[in-house]
Amino acid sequence: MTRRHIEAKINGDNCDFLCESNETLLSVIRNQLQLTGTKEGCSTGDCGACSVMLDGRLVCSCLTLAVEVEGKNIDTIEGMSNGEDLHILQRKFLEHAALQCGICTPGFLIAARALLEKNPNPTETEVRYWLAGNLCRCTGYHKIVEAVLDAAEEMRG
Amino acid sequence: MSDTVAYEEKKLKIIGTRPIRPDGVDKVTGRARYGADINLPGQLFGSVYRSPYPHAIIKSIDVSAALAIPGVKAAITGDDFEDMPSQFIPVGEMVVNFRDMTRNVIAREKALYDGHPIVAIAAISESIAKEALKHIKVDFEILPHVIDVVEAMKPGATLLHEEQYTLIERKRLGSEPTTESPPKEPSNIAKRLTWEKGDIENGFSKAHIIIEKEFNTKPVHQGYIEPHATVATCTEDGQVEVYTCSQGHFVIRSQCAKLLGIEVSKIKVIPTELGGGFGGKNNVYLEPLAIMLSKIVHRPVKMVMSRNEVFRATGPSPAGHVKVKIGCDKNGNIVAADAQIDMQSGAFPGSPLPQATITCFTRYDIENVRVIGHDVTTNRPKVAAYRAPGAPIAAFGVESVMDELAEKLSIDPLDLRIMNAAKEGTQTYYGVTFPQIGFLETLKRAKAHKNYNIPLEKNQGRGVATGFWMNIGNDTTSSLNVNDDGTIALTIGTIDVAGGSRSSLAMMVAEEFGIDSDKVRVTTGDTSQLGFNFVTAGSRGTFAGGIVAILAARKAIEECKIRAAKTWNVPLDEVVWEDGYARPASSNVGGFDPLSLADIAKNATKTGGPIAGHSEKNVQGAGPGFGTQIVDVEVDKETGSVKILRHTVIQDAGKAIHPAYVEGQYQGGAVQGIGWALNEEYIYGDDGKLQNTGFLDYRVPVASDVPFIDTDIVEVPNPYHPYGVRGIGEVPIIPPTAAIANAVYKATGIRFNSLPLSPPKVLAAITKK
Repeated sequence: MTRRHIEAKINGDNCDFLCESNETLLSVIRNQLQLTGTKEGCSTGDCGACSVMLDGRLVCSCLTLAVEVEGKNIDTIEGMSNGEDLHILQRKFLEHAALQCGICTPGFLIAARALLEKNPNPTETEVRYWLAGNLCRCTGYHKIVEAVLDAAEEMRG
Repeated sequence: MSDTVAYEEKKLKIIGTRPIRPDGVDKVTGRARYGADINLPGQLFGSVYRSPYPHAIIKSIDVSAALAIPGVKAAITGDDFEDMPSQFIPVGEMVVNFRDMTRNVIAREKALYDGHPIVAIAAISESIAKEALKHIKVDFEILPHVIDVVEAMKPGATLLHEEQYTLIERKRLGSEPTTESPPKEPSNIAKRLTWEKGDIENGFSKAHIIIEKEFNTKPVHQGYIEPHATVATCTEDGQVEVYTCSQGHFVIRSQCAKLLGIEVSKIKVIPTELGGGFGGKNNVYLEPLAIMLSKIVHRPVKMVMSRNEVFRATGPSPAGHVKVKIGCDKNGNIVAADAQIDMQSGAFPGSPLPQATITCFTRYDIENVRVIGHDVTTNRPKVAAYRAPGAPIAAFGVESVMDELAEKLSIDPLDLRIMNAAKEGTQTYYGVTFPQIGFLETLKRAKAHKNYNIPLEKNQGRGVATGFWMNIGNDTTSSLNVNDDGTIALTIGTIDVAGGSRSSLAMMVAEEFGIDSDKVRVTTGDTSQLGFNFVTAGSRGTFAGGIVAILAARKAIEECKIRAAKTWNVPLDEVVWEDGYARPASSNVGGFDPLSLADIAKNATKTGGPIAGHSEKNVQGAGPGFGTQIVDVEVDKETGSVKILRHTVIQDAGKAIHPAYVEGQYQGGAVQGIGWALNEEYIYGDDGKLQNTGFLDYRVPVASDVPFIDTDIVEVPNPYHPYGVRGIGEVPIIPPTAAIANAVYKATGIRFNSLPLSPPKVLAAITKK
């Protein structure tokens, strides 16, 4: 199969890669760009563990073809903290014990940040519905929802 | 109890606080490495050809066309593995027969379920490996199949194993266990197990009221978000290295050694971070295949399951068919209880039958009990442990009948349970006499809880149910080194299955030394670094791991005291250890300044060398765990949808080392129970194929399905742990199914005896009414 050469930006840095036309963005991020913080839980867009931002839009990278990202900005969990400082959401997830096994955590953080950028003052119900595309089997969601609400409050100042 | 470590009441500084978990930053930054995140230079990619049929004779396999594809390096079938004798060995709360395990890893004469591995191949890329599967030719002779547990038990049912005869075991309290000679006809019933206490007939003859009901539950999957993944390397001189995500790398090593005929010392298993297990990652699936492939090519072989493969070929819990009969006198005292639990074990025997039968009535002090269990093979994947394996199936029946009894007797459902609750000194029908337990406390706290007294509206209902899990200790090791600056390196071998045991162990060690918990770094050692550890199962991680960490710390502290005595030139008994310092035992000893752990560590070379402690133990004295849950639901009568309004978990933790992680276990377990009650089920077509092999159709609860889960941590100390710890991970999943069914009854007037209470089923019942 002919491979395509793609140029994009990942977490603000230029990157380029060769990919087959049926290869997913998730596969490229994990296997070629070697950023394994984005997780594969289902490869059918049901679990949200592979959530990334594509030009500011929340997507499942398992449902995005790698050839689609030509010239676009990809943001993954690896770009979430700001130098030495964790993002407020990352810090609140730690303080609230909002993670256990942690496999879903990168996806939740990416999705939660996208929510708070859109809606800085969400209700509990809005948080729950926004995050309904991310599966967590450990926490029962309680501490995740608490952490997101608390982060939103701190971010509003 | 001999060989246990006693509880000591003392003032605590670290235990009970909520420090941030040591694995936390790696998990919020994407840095944590799980099974599929491991990549080794030169690795190949393995893929598995799986049976498309639920039951078929494998007449021949032709891999030549697959091997001819450029980039395909190796192919293996069941013939590449030695056949194993039929022999039962306990592994991870389950009994393993390696004859069966080798056949589950890769089929030999027959495919026994849709998804059963037939061929494994290794290729230079994932896409070539997947392409190669299409060129594998298997000649199947399709056989009739049996999926349902009740059908499988009937005489004349399609047999999975023609050589399987029912093993009959009877255990009567106060008598030696007996086994009968097996029946002459082969059967899908691998085992019939009976527990008896007292006189069941006589007991029922004294009953004022008897309720007898039948219940059905469906298999549910553990649903961990991380699919199974492994990378194995076998060198030319037969040294094996395996990276894998499991609940017990030592058990993975034992199983691989046995299945591949390799000495244990030649296999090193390195645990990765675990992306959820809940009992489903206690046993090998991919590891022996990856090792066998690597044995041929001597390159690392990486294998990762798809979600479809996870659903079709790993886990799930059994399906259960349960009959429960309970009789009470007119005051509500239970006089007799009888149950039959038929559990589907999947393609091979070994459902969690002992656990289901043992936990069935054990929450109550009953004079006359009988529990009969059947372990039944069917054409489904071999079941695996799932959080309190077997217990939710039995409890669904028993706690539903308890609710009905309370209603008929006009007694509050919590009062009926309080009246009959097991307590310290109660002898169970399986022989154990309970030490100090906290069941009554959970019931009384439930009764007084504000959530038990909130008024309900139309179409709403409130249900309660209880749960019990015996908990275990088992083989556990740790090694502790005092670093030269007085910080601590603790190496453990019992996997932190995500509950936060690394944090809890650091806190217990810090408490022993009298230092801050962030001075203790906890690392999970690989199999070459420590003695054997059992899988993290039976809620043993923080309990058993804690005991060996504490004992290792105590040895190191003793050594610190020896070094202080040497430094001061005083007898050892004139040195005490307090709050992180060696101090003179009294002012008579002399005016020595206390020596901190850092002071002692700094001078360790001069006083005898590095300071360390270690502990290896078959840990005893796990404290039984009990809990009570209260659930409020609202039923939408137009759609049949059940909404959880409030859910309250009240459970005895013995002592919560890190309360946030205890709450996390209560909340996570309760929501898994909600999924089991309302949505989750394995759905098979008439063709015997699993139809819902993805998270879209196998619907686990999402954030918008559940409310905040209220928790109340009861602390009745376990007498056999220095800080009173009991295992807590499993109990929370037990009560929800019955508590929700009982609440739905209150909301609708309809008793549901089969799970899940999915909208179509609830709507059909409402419409029929």
